[in-house]
Amino acid sequence: MIQFIFDCVLVLLLLSLAWRSVTDPDLLRSIVQFIIMGLLMAVAWARLNAPDVALAEAAVGSGLTGALVLSAWARGCRSGRKGGPK
Amino acid sequence: MRRIWLLLFTIGLPLFLIAPALMKLPRSSPNLTAPSVEALPQSGVSNPVTAVLLNYRGYDTLLEVGVLLLVVIAVWSLQESRWRELDASEQRPLLMPFLRLIMPVLVLVSGYLLWIGSSRPGGAFQGGAMIGGAMVMLISAGLSRRFSTSERRVRAGLVVGLTVFMVASVTTLLWSGHILCYRQNSASSWILAIEVAAQISIGVTLGALFLGGRPRTLSPERPKLEVNRD
Repeated sequence: MIQFIFDCVLVLLLLSLAWRSVTDPDLLRSIVQFIIMGLLMAVAWARLNAPDVALAEAAVGSGLTGALVLSAWARGCRSGRKGGPK
Repeated sequence: MRRIWLLLFTIGLPLFLIAPALMKLPRSSPNLTAPSVEALPQSGVSNPVTAVLLNYRGYDTLLEVGVLLLVVIAVWSLQESRWRELDASEQRPLLMPFLRLIMPVLVLVSGYLLWIGSSRPGGAFQGGAMIGGAMVMLISAGLSRRFSTSERRVRAGLVVGLTVFMVASVTTLLWSGHILCYRQNSASSWILAIEVAAQISIGVTLGALFLGGRPRTLSPERPKLEVNRD
């Protein structure tokens, strides 16, 4: 029962983070939401008994992609795009 | 409000159309789980995921490693890296000792992930991501100069995975007539060799991607590093 509740919360969190990471007007906030979504996705893979995919998701999907997106964001700010850092 | 209706419509209509087809699906769909588990003792490794990635479907992994190399070539041809190397006076007093502590641990953990990959979750991609993460830390700490001073070694690291994979492909093609179809007694050695090389390449590739461009050209007193540019 408690696992079922955990899974439901996980799925709801994933869906809401996915939705907000593409719709949030603040770029930095949507990047952070994307990274958190990747981490929770790793938890979801672990719950699905796929620890290999969970490891890869946590390392590549969340960690390195997050670092790449953040550095692209920092570069975008430097060239003064909209939504960049103030 | 209209957006929500549009969303419900775009999700609901396909669901409504697909649902009847889904109901008619047989309970147990045909899959390759049983044959792949059966062949596991012959694959050279005991972790089914590694067996699929490097033995049963080695061709896919070969192409993946090739794609990673293509990505780096594309990024390097776009621009020079904009990461600045920090002088000793600008470096953070706490960060540097911390990096010195954590780097050997990261390398050790990545080696462990590679080694454990033959029997438990882990493998070249996860281990390579550890190395990539270590490089991300070094670059953001302002230590990107090594990419320029040892550019030849970086390039060797980028291609070693695909090279070893190609050697394995050609050798197995000549031996058995099929690409990446290892003999049973040499399968685990081949897989280990490919994984070590692929892990180095994946790690260096991810680091090079975070660098965001080819390594900076160094000052003119090192002219031999400036060949083959532009």
